[in-house]
Amino acid sequence: MSIRGKAHIAGIYEHPLREIPDRTLSQIHAEVALGALADAGLTLDDVDGYFCDSSVPGMGGLSMVEYLGIQVSYLDNTETGGSSYLGHVGHAAAAIAAGKCSVALVTLAGKPRTSRGFRGGGGMMDSPEAAFEQPWGLFGAPYNYALAAQRHMYEYGTTSEQLAEIKVAASLHAQHNPHALLPKVVTVEEVLDSPMISDPLHRLDCCVITDGGGAVVVVSPSVARDLERRTAVVLGHGESQKHTNNGRVDLTHTGAVWSGPRAFEEAGVTKDDIDYASIYDSFTITVLETIEDLGFCDKGEGGRFVLDGALVAPHGKLPFNTDGGGLCNNHPANRGGMTKILEAVRQVRGEAHPAVQVPDCELVLAHGTGGSLSTRMGSATLILGREDV
Amino acid sequence: MTASLPAPAPEANLETQAFWDATAEGRFLLKRCENGHVIWYPRFLCPECRSTETEWFEASGKGTVYTYTVVRKGQGPYADAAPYVAAYVELEEGPRILTNLVDVEVDQVEIGMLVEVVWHDTGEGSALYRFKPSG
Repeated sequence: MSIRGKAHIAGIYEHPLREIPDRTLSQIHAEVALGALADAGLTLDDVDGYFCDSSVPGMGGLSMVEYLGIQVSYLDNTETGGSSYLGHVGHAAAAIAAGKCSVALVTLAGKPRTSRGFRGGGGMMDSPEAAFEQPWGLFGAPYNYALAAQRHMYEYGTTSEQLAEIKVAASLHAQHNPHALLPKVVTVEEVLDSPMISDPLHRLDCCVITDGGGAVVVVSPSVARDLERRTAVVLGHGESQKHTNNGRVDLTHTGAVWSGPRAFEEAGVTKDDIDYASIYDSFTITVLETIEDLGFCDKGEGGRFVLDGALVAPHGKLPFNTDGGGLCNNHPANRGGMTKILEAVRQVRGEAHPAVQVPDCELVLAHGTGGSLSTRMGSATLILGREDV
Repeated sequence: MTASLPAPAPEANLETQAFWDATAEGRFLLKRCENGHVIWYPRFLCPECRSTETEWFEASGKGTVYTYTVVRKGQGPYADAAPYVAAYVELEEGPRILTNLVDVEVDQVEIGMLVEVVWHDTGEGSALYRFKPSG
C-alpha cells in the first residue's frame, strides 16, 4: 500500500501580500482557498476534504468549514508547526487513496507582521516540558536554532560564512520575485555584518516575518484527468517527529533523517533524481542540517556543499527555494511549509520565474520543519513528479 | 557578566512538584526507573523502557556545556538582561538540559566547559538551576 501516484496537486495559491493589517485570519484563509481552487479549475462546491493547522481561528477546521460554507467527508487538524502542510498533503493523498475524499483543500494564514494577536497554537503553558524550558530567556525561534548552529559548528567546523552562502543564494532568487519582502541581493559580508541576534546567528541568517498565507488543492487521479491545468503528481510522503529523546537530544540532525528516506522509498527514487528542492529555511542552519539529513551530502559536509553556488538556480548542484524562500520572500504565519510546496509545484509545472526555472524539471522535493531544531520538531518530506512523465 | 538574571518562577505540576520543592533546598533531583534509566524531564513513566516504577535521587549538580548561545536581546522578564547565555548542559548523570550559564563572561563560554549548579531563588518556593564554571 502506498500513495505513489494516487493523488495530484491540482491547484496552488500564494497570497501576494506580506502585510495584511486590514483583514481577518479567516478571510485570508478563504482568499487563499479560493485562489488555489481557481488555479485548479475547481470551486468550493467540489471540496470534500479540508486540512488545516492551528492557524485557523476558533475550533480549528470545524470553524473554517462553517466560515467557508462547506461540509466535508474528511477533516484533519494535524499540527506539526511549519511542517504541517506537507503532512497534510500526505494525509490527503492517503485519504484520497482510501476513497475518503477526492478534492482536498489545505490552507494556511497568519498575521505575525502586523498583529500581536497571532496564536501560535500548541498550548505551551500547559505542556509537560514548559517549566524546564521557559525560565531561561529563550524567547522565540532564533535562540533555539542558534543552539543547534553552535553545536554543528563545534562538531563539523561549519562557519558563519558557509551559513551566509545560503542566504546569498536565496537572495539571488528573490530578486526575480516581485512579491518578495527582501528582493535585494545580499553578499556574504552583508550577512556577517548584520547584527548578531543569538550567537552564532545574525539577523540575515533568519527568515522574514510576514503576514500572508497559501493553499493547495489535492485531488484524485480521476478528478485530475478532467482538469485542464497541469498537476503535480504526489509520489512520496514521509514524516517524523524528533524530540529531546529523554534528555539525550542531538542538535546536529533533524527529523529529515527519518522523513526523507520514507518519502524516497515511497516514491521509488533517490536524491540523485531530484531536480529541485524546497528546503525549509526558517534559518540558514535549518537548510544546512536538512540538506545533510536528506542525503544530498554526508553529515557534517553541508557547509562545504553550499559553497560555489550549489543552491543557485537554475544550474547549481541542488537548486533550492527559487521563490526566495522564507529567508527572503515569505514566511507567512511564521510557518514556511506551505510556501515550500507552492514553489516546488511551480517548478515541476515549469512555471517558476524564467530566470530560476530548472530546465526539464521532472522530479521535485519539498521539505518542512516545524517546531524547534533544539527541542522538538515535526518533519515532513514530499516528492512530486511532473504529470506527463 | 550575567550576574543578575531574572528568576521567573516555573509552574510546577503534580508530576514535578517534588522536583521544584527540592530546588528550594538547593537539591537537584532526577528520576530513575527500576531499570536504571535516568529520566529527563521528570515524568510518570520512563520513556526508555516505559516502566512506571520510578524514584527520585539527588544529582551531583555537575556537568559539561553541550552547546550555548549568547542572547543579544531579551524579552519579557529578560528585557534588560542581555547579553546572557542560554545553554544545554550535559549532566554527569546523562541528560542534556536547557539552562543558563552565569558567573562567566559571555565571550569566555566554550562547548565542553566543566560547570556546576548554582541556585537562584524565585521568591515563590522554588529556585532555578543555573550553572557556572567549576573550580
